[in-house]
Amino acid sequence: MRTIQAKDIIDAVATMCIRANTELPDDVRTKFEKAMAEEDSPSAKEVLRQLLENADLAMKTKLPLCQDTGLAVFFVEIGEDVAVEGGNIKEAINEGVRKGYGEGFLRKSACDPLTRKNTGDNTPAIIHFDIVPGDKLKIAYMAKGGGAENMSRVTMLAPAQGWEGIKKFVIERVAEAGPNPCPPTIIGIGVGGTFDHAARISKKALLRRLDDTHPDPEIAAMEKEMEDALNKLGIGPMGLGGKTTVLGVKIALEPCHLASLPLAVNVQCHSQRHEEVEL
Amino acid sequence: MAEYSLNTPLTDEDLKPLKAGDVVKLTGHIYTARDAAHKRLFDLLDEGKDLPFELQGSVIYYVGPSPAPPGRPIGSAGPTTSYRMDTYAPRLHKLGQKASVGKGKRNDEVKQALKDNIAVYFGATGGAGALLSKCIDEAEVIAFDDLGPEAIRKLTVKDFPLLVINDSHGGELYAKPDRKAAGL
Repeated sequence: MRTIQAKDIIDAVATMCIRANTELPDDVRTKFEKAMAEEDSPSAKEVLRQLLENADLAMKTKLPLCQDTGLAVFFVEIGEDVAVEGGNIKEAINEGVRKGYGEGFLRKSACDPLTRKNTGDNTPAIIHFDIVPGDKLKIAYMAKGGGAENMSRVTMLAPAQGWEGIKKFVIERVAEAGPNPCPPTIIGIGVGGTFDHAARISKKALLRRLDDTHPDPEIAAMEKEMEDALNKLGIGPMGLGGKTTVLGVKIALEPCHLASLPLAVNVQCHSQRHEEVEL
Repeated sequence: MAEYSLNTPLTDEDLKPLKAGDVVKLTGHIYTARDAAHKRLFDLLDEGKDLPFELQGSVIYYVGPSPAPPGRPIGSAGPTTSYRMDTYAPRLHKLGQKASVGKGKRNDEVKQALKDNIAVYFGATGGAGALLSKCIDEAEVIAFDDLGPEAIRKLTVKDFPLLVINDSHGGELYAKPDRKAAGL
């Protein structure tokens, strides 16, 4: 059994919250630069130029890239041979969020769903736990802003609708969302599992790098097909028109009930703020 | 596409020439308000009370800024999605609000209110909160402090970069999604 101190988890989480919100991931920056070179429309180019300038400024000033520093979402893989000392892991993650959002001057956006009273420290975090073999603890953090999250949907298709049905639903969702979620967006698609599981894997898929290729060639081809179709919508950066409506499409596919075809579309804004740490 | 420099408060004469796609550099005072603040403004109106700022000629910025670090007037301050304020905007425009600043689509009622009251909807670049904060020289909470990021702030802005999304003549800048090209 390997022991990990709760304090180390708190510090690692706090650091991730601050870094992810102030430093644009390098794969996103590369995509912005590529898109800027490919766009013909002056307004599309100008939006991308502003986003790159914004990223430079955020890095320099330590101001968040976006004022909506999101709900703090975590995907945690905890090894079966790991014991946490000096506190429990859930509380340590929440404490890390308090620390990071406080010290990093990040916006606290968590509130009661009905009274709308702010909890004041951006907790509780949304934490997904997976128990895995081994003695490692992997924590992935994602800042999920409200504007993009609100454009996400879960639906239960009929099995006969298949890939064509999935494509139609996703394209229609992105078309309908239009300029609202800060395009160019990144689209996480969860297919299979159950109603809730599809949503979870659609979000987890967003942790992948934009420049990776799905290890399953068939799914990789689906991702490419979907990305090309979505970019043909012509919504463009901030909805002003152009070739870049999405920066990437990430699909997670898992077995489901023979009567079901669960589908979740998780829309992520262009900044794609996330970090991972292994303890 | 024309470029204008305008000062607040805005007038009919300022806004009549504006067309969707025009660039506006805005200087003066603007007021922040989003979901919860709008609800409270409506409560005040329903009770016949005064609002915390002069609505006539006003610009409302849909933003919930991040906290100001030491030595800065404000944190990151980019626009939030505007449709959530669609239920409120027509009444406020009727009472004198001249412009809103946000991102994303507005509904038909808001677009009609822009025409009826010679008002405009401006877009600012979503997710460029650090960049936009450079144009904000001062920020002061003037109402609903308990709402935290959603409190109403009076911002002093200089050459705040805006794009006319919906003008007062029915024009709109946003691209219509080409569903057919995408295979629908």
